Amino acid sequence: MNFEWIQIPYALWTLLIITVYALFIMAIMQKIGARVGGRYGIPVYQNYIDLVKNFALRSHITHGIMFYLGPVFRLTGGLGLILFVPTIYGSVMHQNFHYSGDLILALYFIFFGTLGMALGAGESGHPHAAIGVSRGLAQVTAAELPLALAVFSISLQYQTLNITEIVAAQQGSIFNWTLFTNPLAVLAAMFGFVGTMMRAPFDVFLAPQEIPTGPPTEYHSAYLALMQTNRVVFPVAKTIIYMNLFFGGATNWGAFALKVFALYFVSVLIGVVMPRFRVEQSIRFFLKWGLPVGILAILAV
Amino acid sequence: MMRDLIERLTQRYKLGAPVFQRADLTFVDLAANDQLRSLLLELRDREGFTHLVLLTAVDWLEEGRFQLTYMLNNRDANQTLALRVYLDREVAVGETIHDIWPTAETYQRELREMFGIDFPGSPRVDEEFILEGWTDLPPYRRDFDTLAYSQQTYRDRPGRETTDPRTHMKHKLYPEG
Amino acid sequence: MKDMDKSFKKDTETEFPLREELRPHQVTAPDGQVIEVDPLQDYFCQEPPKVHRKSYVRIVEDFYNWARAHSLWILGFGTGCGAIEMRPLMTPRFDAYRYGIQWRATPRQANLMVISGYLSVKTLKRAIRAYEQMPSPKYVVGLGSCTINGGMYWDSYNTIKRLDDYLPVDLYIAGCMPRPEALLAGFMDLKKLIRKGQGEGANKYAENFDWYKENQKAVIKDWDMPDYNW
Repeated sequence: MNFEWIQIPYALWTLLIITVYALFIMAIMQKIGARVGGRYGIPVYQNYIDLVKNFALRSHITHGIMFYLGPVFRLTGGLGLILFVPTIYGSVMHQNFHYSGDLILALYFIFFGTLGMALGAGESGHPHAAIGVSRGLAQVTAAELPLALAVFSISLQYQTLNITEIVAAQQGSIFNWTLFTNPLAVLAAMFGFVGTMMRAPFDVFLAPQEIPTGPPTEYHSAYLALMQTNRVVFPVAKTIIYMNLFFGGATNWGAFALKVFALYFVSVLIGVVMPRFRVEQSIRFFLKWGLPVGILAILAV
Repeated sequence: MMRDLIERLTQRYKLGAPVFQRADLTFVDLAANDQLRSLLLELRDREGFTHLVLLTAVDWLEEGRFQLTYMLNNRDANQTLALRVYLDREVAVGETIHDIWPTAETYQRELREMFGIDFPGSPRVDEEFILEGWTDLPPYRRDFDTLAYSQQTYRDRPGRETTDPRTHMKHKLYPEG
Repeated sequence: MKDMDKSFKKDTETEFPLREELRPHQVTAPDGQVIEVDPLQDYFCQEPPKVHRKSYVRIVEDFYNWARAHSLWILGFGTGCGAIEMRPLMTPRFDAYRYGIQWRATPRQANLMVISGYLSVKTLKRAIRAYEQMPSPKYVVGLGSCTINGGMYWDSYNTIKRLDDYLPVDLYIAGCMPRPEALLAGFMDLKKLIRKGQGEGANKYAENFDWYKENQKAVIKDWDMPDYNW
């Protein structure tokens, strides 16, 4: 990894673009969900206003240091994912801090935010938060298993843990994508994708209609704003990884926007047609269907 | 069917004159309170009145007594029988039937809170049921003046007008008179 | 009122005893240590509310007010029958999400409390707790004539008559019940108030804290919570 100081403003610039894009795409997806339900839906700029509003609230209540750090960890999970993964292939500006082992780091960051959230929500002392966290962790862990297996499978396939090299290997033709060279791994990874996108049908642990909002029950104002930011950035960051690993990466912002939207849309599509699963149902689903596919993907390479 | 039943029961229980309100609804008074339990058990076990529809009270302030109404339902015959039992208003202690119908527990808690009728032995009967921190007279007793209580407790907003609905609508619909 | 019965006098003498679980008692820890606990003192923060000043820069405050006005998060706490009128607002017919109005499940994340209809004394206690837990600036909308002057519950022994005695109300929506269109119009008026910087109910509550507490404690006989619920 060749570090240069110019990379820091470059990475921040990338981050800004992705955050703005993520807020926008989140609103679009909410609007799609609303239209499916026959509603008009929120304005596309609503998420920006909500963010400003939450920062503008005047009173803050704290429950201790971990309560502060919870949203920070959560956001770190999302931002770290972006910072250490090349966003646009072949662009100097948007390479971020990628290095030869960044795939492992990305896997770690996907889980990091959830763990930070667990610590913070636990400190808030609200029973709903504790229940939400334990249910969320159980489900995310189960959903991560097929993804981890798929990542092993493609790192065996490409003989590298460097995301940039994996993207490079997929360039040229659409048939060089992992989607076509290793479909089993992609299938397994998609289980993990829909499972950790924090959307229906796998969002029972933070759905407002269930045990009220789950982990963020006690969070408000600026803490909540941080978590909202993560709520929009994290799925996009995850989508970027999937795009890089399985769908040929992106060589410019246009392709990026298109691919992220299409991938995001997969989980939205599943979300609007499926009712929410209970936690034990979704864990069983991931272990029963996701896990064998992941193992098959490793065996097939 | 109900006439036969009442006739049979009258031989052994002090029943008053039945009121056949509807084809499927009969009211009857029971003069002896100590016969209540055996009558209810017989109705439940022998006559098929297995369901306690409701247990409620009426405050007869002028006569100085409470009326308890045990409304029982026979699903198979589609018949409802309401037994009326009277309690002295000053004593106001009824016999608990929570062991015959567990649902009666809730009704008895409500009666304890709203009418001040005690049912010794009924589970949780002294706990608060709906009201919280109530220290005044039981609010469903007729000597409790709910309007006066509300005026002495909650402040009015000036400017509220009250009109008699009859004259108001008459004036509105037929302005000429 | 003309038909008031002068002979009835409300019982003002009897005090309601403190609930057993809230009296000072001893707790034995798993390791055998015995701890003295006074729940009302130890379990809650006793600090009174603060008056939060506005932002020093006018344009910043205006910008904030604009954001607050366009992102009203309602606490999903249906107190009376009027809560049924909020359901059509969430669903396709009226769809209040178009106007940045959302429902949140916890008071910590909500800014707007809609007292939907009559408020019994028992519910008032919960409503006060929920209101005080909301982050400032917060707004209260009274829905229906029950919150204005008691409405059809004007002679009820257990229903408050004037909501603004107990909580700082920003806006009333009259009706019994107001239709969802009236609610939407009311929310639009509330937005205008907030943008003008008049949605300062939380500060009003903090400034007149003693007066509000006096009123609240006059009707809630079993006051078994701290004066300000964080």
